[in-house]
Amino acid sequence: MGVPVRRFDAVIVGGGGAGLRAALQLSESGLKTAVLSKVFPTRSHTVAAQGGISASLGNVQEDHWEWHMYDTVKGSDWLGDQDAIEYMCRKAPEAVIELEHFGMPFDRLENGKIYQRPFGGHTQHNGKTPVQRACAAADRTGHAMLHTLYQRNVRANTQFFVEWMALDLIRDADGDVVGVTALEMETGEIYIFHAKAVLFATGGAGRIYSASTNAFINTGDGLGMAVRAGLPLEDMEFWQFHPTGVAGAGVLITEGVRGEGGILLNADGERFMERYAPNLKDLAPRDFVSRSMELEVLEGRGCGPHKDYVLLKLDHLGPDIINQRLPGIREIAIKFAGVDPIKDPIPVIPTCHYMMGGIPTNWRGEVVMPKGGDPESRVNGFYAAGECACASVHGANRLGTNSLLDLVVFGKSAGDHMIDYIRGEMPDWKPLPADAAGPSLARIARLDNQTGGEDVAEVRAAMQRTVQSRAGVFRNAANMALGVEEIAAVAERAKFTQIKDKSKVFNTARTEALELDNLIEIAVATLVAADGRKESRGAHAHDDFPHRDDENWMKHSLFFGEGRRMEYKPVHTRPLTVDYIPPKERTF
Amino acid sequence: MATIRFSIYRYNPEADAKPYMQDYEIELGPKDIKLLDVINKLKAMDDTLSFRRSCREGICGSDAMNINGKNGLACITNVADLSQPVTLRPLPGLPVIRDLIVDMTQFFKQYHSIKPYVINDSPRPERERLQSPEQRKELDGLYECILCACCSTSCPSFWWNPDKFVGPAGLLAAYRFIADTRDEATSERLDNLEDPYRLFRCHTIMNCVDVCPKHLNPTRAIGKIKDLMVKRAI
Ligand SMILES: Cc1cc2nc3c(=O)[nH]c(=O)nc-3n(C[C@H](O)[C@H](O)[C@H](O)COP(=O)(O)OP(=O)(O)OC[C@H]3O[C@@H](n4cnc5c(N)ncnc54)[C@H](O)[C@@H]3O)c2cc1C
Ligand code: SF4
Ligand code: SF4
Ligand code: FES
Repeated sequence: MGVPVRRFDAVIVGGGGAGLRAALQLSESGLKTAVLSKVFPTRSHTVAAQGGISASLGNVQEDHWEWHMYDTVKGSDWLGDQDAIEYMCRKAPEAVIELEHFGMPFDRLENGKIYQRPFGGHTQHNGKTPVQRACAAADRTGHAMLHTLYQRNVRANTQFFVEWMALDLIRDADGDVVGVTALEMETGEIYIFHAKAVLFATGGAGRIYSASTNAFINTGDGLGMAVRAGLPLEDMEFWQFHPTGVAGAGVLITEGVRGEGGILLNADGERFMERYAPNLKDLAPRDFVSRSMELEVLEGRGCGPHKDYVLLKLDHLGPDIINQRLPGIREIAIKFAGVDPIKDPIPVIPTCHYMMGGIPTNWRGEVVMPKGGDPESRVNGFYAAGECACASVHGANRLGTNSLLDLVVFGKSAGDHMIDYIRGEMPDWKPLPADAAGPSLARIARLDNQTGGEDVAEVRAAMQRTVQSRAGVFRNAANMALGVEEIAAVAERAKFTQIKDKSKVFNTARTEALELDNLIEIAVATLVAADGRKESRGAHAHDDFPHRDDENWMKHSLFFGEGRRMEYKPVHTRPLTVDYIPPKERTF
Repeated sequence: MATIRFSIYRYNPEADAKPYMQDYEIELGPKDIKLLDVINKLKAMDDTLSFRRSCREGICGSDAMNINGKNGLACITNVADLSQPVTLRPLPGLPVIRDLIVDMTQFFKQYHSIKPYVINDSPRPERERLQSPEQRKELDGLYECILCACCSTSCPSFWWNPDKFVGPAGLLAAYRFIADTRDEATSERLDNLEDPYRLFRCHTIMNCVDVCPKHLNPTRAIGKIKDLMVKRAI
């Protein structure tokens, strides 16, 4: 029984911000392009982004992309690649202006320009004082951006395959990428998408943790597919814990709240961030604020009956600012925390939020891997952008508002380089390998035939508990070593999950089982990579090695699925046009 | 712990000759606050129960369904507020693919039909197009739509003519672009709606306003478009 094949010049997997920005380049270029998304594009998790998108427009205060670059390098704790960081920060103003021209409904200043608010870690004069760099549409910036990009794609007649889930990456004998397999969810049929170039823009994987700001669909499918196809994952030990997830619910309260003047209080009513970060206070970078909050709780100054959260106070901003600039936050606080922030503070805890690691790429969006002595040899035909990619601009800790920027800058860059590649190097399709759909069909058949296995929900919960307890805000060697063992055991169990629903039409039990395969790869990568890194850097806070060790550890980690082994590769210290920013101690 | 009773619309085209209602009973845990929390738990018991969901915070528009007779989002509905048995059905008026999952093709077709993007063919300035805070305010209550379809699928005019009447969500979007000072296609947009069905099938029944989970007001937007039509006629 042959699997039907559909042919496109380019296939994009993902209809979030990164996928849609890339799609626009490709559709407008006239190349035959398919965009696959497992949800209708505007349901992608970019829609949930709240606070803003960074660009040194200087609409409120003096600003320069070089300052933005400095902040991003420092925020990354010197693990970010300085060529990619330069590229992103230099392109930021034009990328945001372009979004405005596309129709994005940014808030405005009195003079009609785009409104900008302060955000953690963004400063003037390389760390001196906070700067208003986050371009915002109220606290719905992601929604405004995603809908605008979707609308622009409607204009460009982009061909979408909505509710099609990509299952596996197809590589030929040379290791080149020639397509993907995908499941049409409505019918349950499997297809092969044969392409000259494939872009992954599949987003994050926060669902490896039990408490996360991420949507249910954030299961890191692109990373799972990459690992199964023999490609490495970069810097997977670095997960960002956002300081202000609603305690108990996990739903995010944007850092923009603190940008607008909100403050964190402990049980004594003390504004404790003044003690940890005398300069930036509540607007220090996220890794730093999250650790400070955890310390407050560990030292007994947490709030509530179990002393396990801190409070985010914003009533002093007054109802006008709250209703105008933070209306969505007020709604979330009322719905998910049961408090109206106009009157009462919101209980918050650090919550898993963002994956700094991902599929290794360069600033062109090309996926790279070690080959024949070159640590960054191009994987022909394969591109990645957005949260699933590691360019690496965020290094060991991402600055708020730099992700939305990453999506549009690298989405566009990847799109442009795909066009060049397809037009310049690929007059024709490379043949599909024999049995290209074999591995996907085997996964489906396994689920159809499995009896007596564990439920998907049960194994998923076991995975989440392991990652949550072994790879949290503070880590230590003994705990991570246990985590590596435990996750290996959970991964074994995942091979035998059982679903009772064996039907074909929109079988969500099946898609959840297939998603679990991806989550497990990422959970394993996270623990193995975390266990491997013997220093503290950015989001990786190692109790047994409390300091950053640039001599031995200023390098990217690479996790390989086969043998679950680690390799390392150098950080790019050479920017494209400006001087190298050498490492310094990170204080705020 | 309280037990809660459900009656849920079930239909699997591969197995069922016709749809039926299935009863469930479930113990509520301390974390089962939103309706979505509870139906996720039901799914862990019975994995054949099918529905869409993603963000679980009312922003993606995936989990719109008919809850005790009224359209809404499961993820922001408090279970404690619902009378029992909690009756869940797919959004009315659209073809059912399976259980609570409907085929939204017609809904999106109508959205696409109003050209949902800023049309501005003037040369692009180097910087942003300026817009005063007051001009920008005109977009509030319009741009926040999450395309959940709660409104259009509660609108009798849309039920009868889903292929001809744009429906509240699409018309709200149409007005979002008319109201945008950066858009230059107002008259083209009005032409596009000047038709006995596309706009004028709205009989101001207001169901749409009543159900919108984002508290938007499509009826007001529709009224403004009608005003513009009238103004243009004289
Ligand atoms: C609550 C919240 C608030 C945030 N706020 C901000 C902010 O203010 N500023 C900022 O810069 N960043 C913010 N972030 C981070 C930022 O929003 C995300 O990193 C970013 O939106 C990810 O975009 P993406 O395009 O990479 O992926 P997503 O938007 O997650 O899209 C992924 C796409 O891939 C598709 N997909 C996935 N797997 C498959 C598959 N197997 N087959 C087919 N399709 C698939 C999905 O359907 C979806 O279309 C926030 C994050 C969260 C969680
Ligand atoms: S007011 Fe108009 S659009 Fe809204 S429900 Fe009634 S008829 Fe439909
Ligand atoms: S107007 Fe409201 S109900 Fe209608 S689609 Fe938009 S958000 Fe949903
Ligand atoms: S799950 Fe996204 S709106 Fe309810």
